[in-house]
Amino acid sequence: MSEATVALEVLRYRPETDEKPTFQAYTVPYRDDWVVLDALNHIKDNIDRTLSYRWSCHMAVCGSCGVMINGEPKLSCHAFLRDYYPGKLRVEPLTNFPIERDLVIVMDDFMEKLDSVKPYLIAKEDRPLSAGEHLQSPAQLEAFRPYTMCINCVLCYAACPQYGLGPDFVGPAALALAHRYNLDSRDAGRDERQEVAASNEGIWECTFVGACSQVCPKSVDPAAAIQQTKIASTADWYKALLPPWGKR
Amino acid sequence: MSRKPYMRKLPTWWWLSQRRYTIYMIRELTCIFIGAYAVLIVIGLLRLSHGRAEYDAFLDALQSPFGMVFHLLALLFALVHTVTWFGVTPKAMPLWLGERRVPDAAIIMAHYAGWIVVSAAVVFLARVQ
Repeated sequence: MSEATVALEVLRYRPETDEKPTFQAYTVPYRDDWVVLDALNHIKDNIDRTLSYRWSCHMAVCGSCGVMINGEPKLSCHAFLRDYYPGKLRVEPLTNFPIERDLVIVMDDFMEKLDSVKPYLIAKEDRPLSAGEHLQSPAQLEAFRPYTMCINCVLCYAACPQYGLGPDFVGPAALALAHRYNLDSRDAGRDERQEVAASNEGIWECTFVGACSQVCPKSVDPAAAIQQTKIASTADWYKALLPPWGKR
Repeated sequence: MSRKPYMRKLPTWWWLSQRRYTIYMIRELTCIFIGAYAVLIVIGLLRLSHGRAEYDAFLDALQSPFGMVFHLLALLFALVHTVTWFGVTPKAMPLWLGERRVPDAAIIMAHYAGWIVVSAAVVFLARVQ
């Protein structure tokens, strides 16, 4: 009996020779415990050493192997061949990002946006080590814990049509991480983050498509984070506008 | 080696490429009916300010087949927006009571309860007139 195989179409782009990306077909052995990343590794090791793609941990932690699989943003280490077999797989680099080479995208835009929301604890004042730990209750932890799961894989940016249509949008992951630190009881940096998060390019560019949360491999729910930030920012606006002692 | 990143364009018909985008665009388009209904109410108020005869003519115009179909569609879309928005309120407005998070169902039901109370108030006011 001949060995079962699976057909892959991979978008190739070699900047030194190609004017634009084109699909290349590969056939790899089918194994029911293989993920798409295993198929790509098989191609790289046995068929075509020129294929470029990013990966590291092979366990949905590093967030570097995101690709489009049949039009859906996925971690290639998290997508089993058996879920597509015997159908064909079409593997492309994540949409809404420039292609550096083959399946490798340019992530600079995301990195700058992530940096702009200051995704780290900004303490009210320096605490000496002798002051001991910052204690948090289970509820204080639970308030932000789901958002700590983000692995910066940018699948949410590939799924977001608002980012595709208007690349100035700060985007789902960066806004979710801004929210994560705003919700942290140890943090006092919300005002600094709001300059970016509550700007026109921030939360207000979001039209609640919800695709970001649907494709997130870590169930972070950036759409919820953005809607919560919208409500908090609207409350800020009323608080500043309505009372006579308001700032406006 | 010099770099030459390639940027793919979002196709014009991107919103037909996936079900979730198509549903999103349909949701966005239904807003036209909600907006049109709001405009209709304003026109009604304007006609009312011009006297009884004008307002009665306006009400008569609403009885046309086009007016009936428009109102049915506007009601249907308003209901869709209401139900789907109530469904996501626990995501947008999570509530905490001390150390415990208020269950999603309680937040959603509170919205339905508010809806019923406001609707009953509107019906009551309409009857009083």
